[in-house]
Amino acid sequence: MDFLIFQVPILTVQAVLDGLLLGILFALIAYGMALQWGVMNIINIAQGDLVILGGYIAYFMYLYGIHPAWGVIVSPIIMYFVGVIIYKLVINKVVDRDLFISILATFGISILFMQLMNFAFGADVVLANSGYGTTMLFDNSVTLPNSKIFSAFISIVFAIGLVIYMKKSKLGRAIRATAQNARAAKILGVDTEKVYAATFGINAALCGVAGALISITFTIHPYMGLPYTIRSFMIVIVAGLGNLPGVAMSGMGLGVFEEFADYILGTEFRIGSVFLLLVLILVYRRFKLSKKREYLK
Amino acid sequence: MKIKNIIITFVSAIAILFSTSVVSLAKVVGDKIILGAAISLTGKYSSNGVHTQNGYNMAVDRINSMGGVKVGGKTYMFDIIYYDDESNPKRAAQLAERLISQDGVEFMLGPYSSGLTKAIAPVTEKYGVPMVEANGASRSLFTKGYKYLFAVLAPANLYLDVAIRTAVELNGGKGVRIAQAFEQDAFSQDVRLGILDAAKETGSKIIIDDKLPKELNDMAATLAKVKATKPDVLVVSGHTKGALTAIRQIAEMKVDVPMLAMTHCDAAKLSKQHGANSQYALCASQWHKTLTYKDDFFTDGMTYDADFTKEFGYAPPYQAAESSAALLVFKDAFERAGSFDQKKVRDALAATNMQTFYGNIKFAEGGQNVDKPMVLFQVMCDDAGKCENKVVAPLKWASAELIHPIPKWSSR
Repeated sequence: MDFLIFQVPILTVQAVLDGLLLGILFALIAYGMALQWGVMNIINIAQGDLVILGGYIAYFMYLYGIHPAWGVIVSPIIMYFVGVIIYKLVINKVVDRDLFISILATFGISILFMQLMNFAFGADVVLANSGYGTTMLFDNSVTLPNSKIFSAFISIVFAIGLVIYMKKSKLGRAIRATAQNARAAKILGVDTEKVYAATFGINAALCGVAGALISITFTIHPYMGLPYTIRSFMIVIVAGLGNLPGVAMSGMGLGVFEEFADYILGTEFRIGSVFLLLVLILVYRRFKLSKKREYLK
Repeated sequence: MKIKNIIITFVSAIAILFSTSVVSLAKVVGDKIILGAAISLTGKYSSNGVHTQNGYNMAVDRINSMGGVKVGGKTYMFDIIYYDDESNPKRAAQLAERLISQDGVEFMLGPYSSGLTKAIAPVTEKYGVPMVEANGASRSLFTKGYKYLFAVLAPANLYLDVAIRTAVELNGGKGVRIAQAFEQDAFSQDVRLGILDAAKETGSKIIIDDKLPKELNDMAATLAKVKATKPDVLVVSGHTKGALTAIRQIAEMKVDVPMLAMTHCDAAKLSKQHGANSQYALCASQWHKTLTYKDDFFTDGMTYDADFTKEFGYAPPYQAAESSAALLVFKDAFERAGSFDQKKVRDALAATNMQTFYGNIKFAEGGQNVDKPMVLFQVMCDDAGKCENKVVAPLKWASAELIHPIPKWSSR
């Protein structure tokens, strides 16, 4: 059974494609996290729970007979306001505090969201069926669910849209200015309070899109948020803050790496190997950093 | 001001002292036998926790309305004190401690899930409190030498044993090639051990043995491996999430496998969520309403199903049925013991040998029920897309013939 992937080379194609499609979806969530981490210096532990909430919006549309794919439009709109409300209620009180306080606050939000979703939607695992069928490649030996392809496509559209928005729009420029130097931006007339609220709202909206996509491709459950938080956190760490193309690359890279780890080491080492990679990258970064310091001396 | 504060503190201290000492009830008050249960009413197990509670309540009402429990010439009624364990093992253990040492409960009913039962069992064992549980199937519960733990359900390692044996039988007695994917939790890993045993005994070979991470809901890699190796049987166990994920991705990736065996299909309401895609899946179940077991309280499975549906508005999953059975076991043991002495009740429980609508109940040394085989049902759909669970094994109760091998996706 060892190294099946070398005996059946076509599995390599399957692994790469699966990894890429999965990675792109994760990258979208990480994208939002990187954005608000960069702008507000807040690590949002509730990121995954926002994703799940977005997923429930699509699921309820599906329950009421609306095709869940419309969730990628409805869910971000609702989630934007959810994000702004969370900001007004909690986040604005911890924005200028140290990182630990923000982690505690968002951890609290995460627990609250989990319990509220459990209370409102029940503890059953649910999913929305898109009925999109399957794409078969290479004489049926590589199969890609169209729902995954759809998810990746939508993720890319939103990611590109966001980059353009950040570059061209007034709010986008204000967000970038605030990220560079909040005080200077304030002095120059940027309403940073508004910028923060919008940033958190945009982050929540991205989570909403991702959630809707996850309800189509995977399953959702009130307590399933944390893995998405951890994954996006890792992607951001690997990419580095303020590096949006890096987020996309590291998302896809980790996705593919994970698939190969599954085939070569076994499914049980899948998550472990990703964490190992993370440690290696952090050690390498530190090594590079310490060299730099020497140079400065 | 200061004096006022002191007085308030003093008074509240006394109030707290009183409130804790007054709560202590005895296990049998007047004509009531008070049982204790920590149940997951919130948290991730809350839906199955509620099934468990409904099952308990249904049996309590039924037994009480049909004359209660007769011990030593006197009639007693059942009553249950519930606490919400929040699906958290630590909390469950604390609550068991509280039920026993503060509320004075001397007999316990089990919580939902193997994990929580594992947390509570050491506490009930410490105090010598007999516990009849209906929702902890993990094998490790029954190998620790617990004397006061009794489970009305079959242990986890037997869940899919029948499936492997059926596959071997259909293969003319020759061993089969098995691909398996199990979540890394106590229950699923026990199911896996059962498959390993069955494979060894039947000379079958395990060609894929994946352990799915708990947080993962993507099985694409495992299924790609299955496509490449073409096993005879695919076994999946990962609670509801695993069952739903497997069916979705098997259909999406068009994985053809002659036999697909799973756990948690009943609770997953597979066919409701996936319709015809779930067709032909084999599901392990502790109970099915069409089984022909009988008792005096619920008559049989069909009647239980109808009564439960009438009372709670949904058809009873096996989690509810087995919970109801736990009460029947307690009643029987109390009456045979003829006393409320914990030691005597424990011995009476150990000597249980009865039939309930849920199945025969007879406990082995470790406390597991050895007299009730698991049943396998197959999801079968009609042309209109309406799906039903039909019992296909063991043959004694089969209401439909097993469809084997599963038709290829290209012809479905």
